[in-house]
Amino acid sequence: MTPFSLFFHRLASPPYFYELSKPWGRVFAWLALVLILTALYGGLWLAPRDFQQGNGYRIMYVHVPSAWMSLFVFMVMAVSAFVGLIWRLRLAYAVAAASAPLGAAFTAVALVTGSLWGKPMWGTYWVWDARLTSELILFFLYLGFITLNRSFEDQQTGDRAAAILALVGAIDVPIVHYSVDWWQTLHQGSSFKGLTSEIAPAMLWPLLVMMAGFTFYYGWLVLWRTRSEILLRESDREWTRRVIGS
Amino acid sequence: MTRRHQRLVMVLLMLGCVSLAVGFALRAFNGDLLYYLTPTQLYDGRAPRHGQFRLGGVVEKGSVARMPGSMTVRFTLTDFKHAVPVVYTGILPDLFRVGQGIVVRGRMVSGIFQATQVLAKHGARYMPPGIHRPHPPSGEEKMLALKRDLAEGVRP
Repeated sequence: MTPFSLFFHRLASPPYFYELSKPWGRVFAWLALVLILTALYGGLWLAPRDFQQGNGYRIMYVHVPSAWMSLFVFMVMAVSAFVGLIWRLRLAYAVAAASAPLGAAFTAVALVTGSLWGKPMWGTYWVWDARLTSELILFFLYLGFITLNRSFEDQQTGDRAAAILALVGAIDVPIVHYSVDWWQTLHQGSSFKGLTSEIAPAMLWPLLVMMAGFTFYYGWLVLWRTRSEILLRESDREWTRRVIGS
Repeated sequence: MTRRHQRLVMVLLMLGCVSLAVGFALRAFNGDLLYYLTPTQLYDGRAPRHGQFRLGGVVEKGSVARMPGSMTVRFTLTDFKHAVPVVYTGILPDLFRVGQGIVVRGRMVSGIFQATQVLAKHGARYMPPGIHRPHPPSGEEKMLALKRDLAEGVRP
């Protein structure tokens, strides 16, 4: 690859992404809508009451997918940060920057719904056990990423600093996941053991559909936000003026 | 070695070092990261002799006794190897029942755990009623059972 074609590739990739992300974003948005509505109907109407918790368990249809997304989005951010640091890909930094507020929101929802469930079931809103504490640390890592990313005059410096935070912070992701196995916690262990689950099938399928729905919802939003992000970052370029002008 | 390779090595080295540091730190604090101790860990002498700690176990069958005229309840927490008698005055969480995992906070006073807080630990199992446990009996079923007991000479 000659230096000219390399330069051309780099210049060409954000507009190419900008074009490609529009139809994909639409597909993800429709998938998310259908899956989430199906899961809501399945979880709130079709699924039976729990033998111990009655209807109170149904908050898991929001809590578990949010908690799953809080980990998933951080992994996307860490991989993007890695690609950005090694290959100096501008688009990767844009994806990481677009993901952070979404991940922070999912983490906040997981913490709040868990807390609301904890009061009637455990008898307390909050305990400092390994699972809850490591998830709270994950929330602060997201906030730290957002702050660090926006703390420099030069966007590239902010991108690199935040990328290192995302890579180091990614160590918290397995800690959150395995905390219930490694240490005795008040939070219950995983209901999934390999491919089998301790959740009755009638209650389980809406949960899995909801998790898929949340994933596509994030997919749609991250494409959308990355589009805005690259427009902002490339605002002095020819193609951006052309896109905004049209 | 190209610049890209250098960056790759640097990033991987940084990740390896930080992972190692976090791993050692978590190992060092391992005992403090446990939210509660089991009765066996208590018998192994891992609990503080004076001062509060948390104890987790399952409420033993037939151990729950309420003191009449007060909110005091006595029960035994077991991990099926050792059992610890617990006394608590206050409101119990809704999920408190025999066979349920419970975490209590308090201190040992002459062989009895004096609890100041009782939390229910929910399991990973979710299922509709009727599979694990029969429905609570209806009024009619209760009357039939009462009649049967009376006929057989059993005090209700």
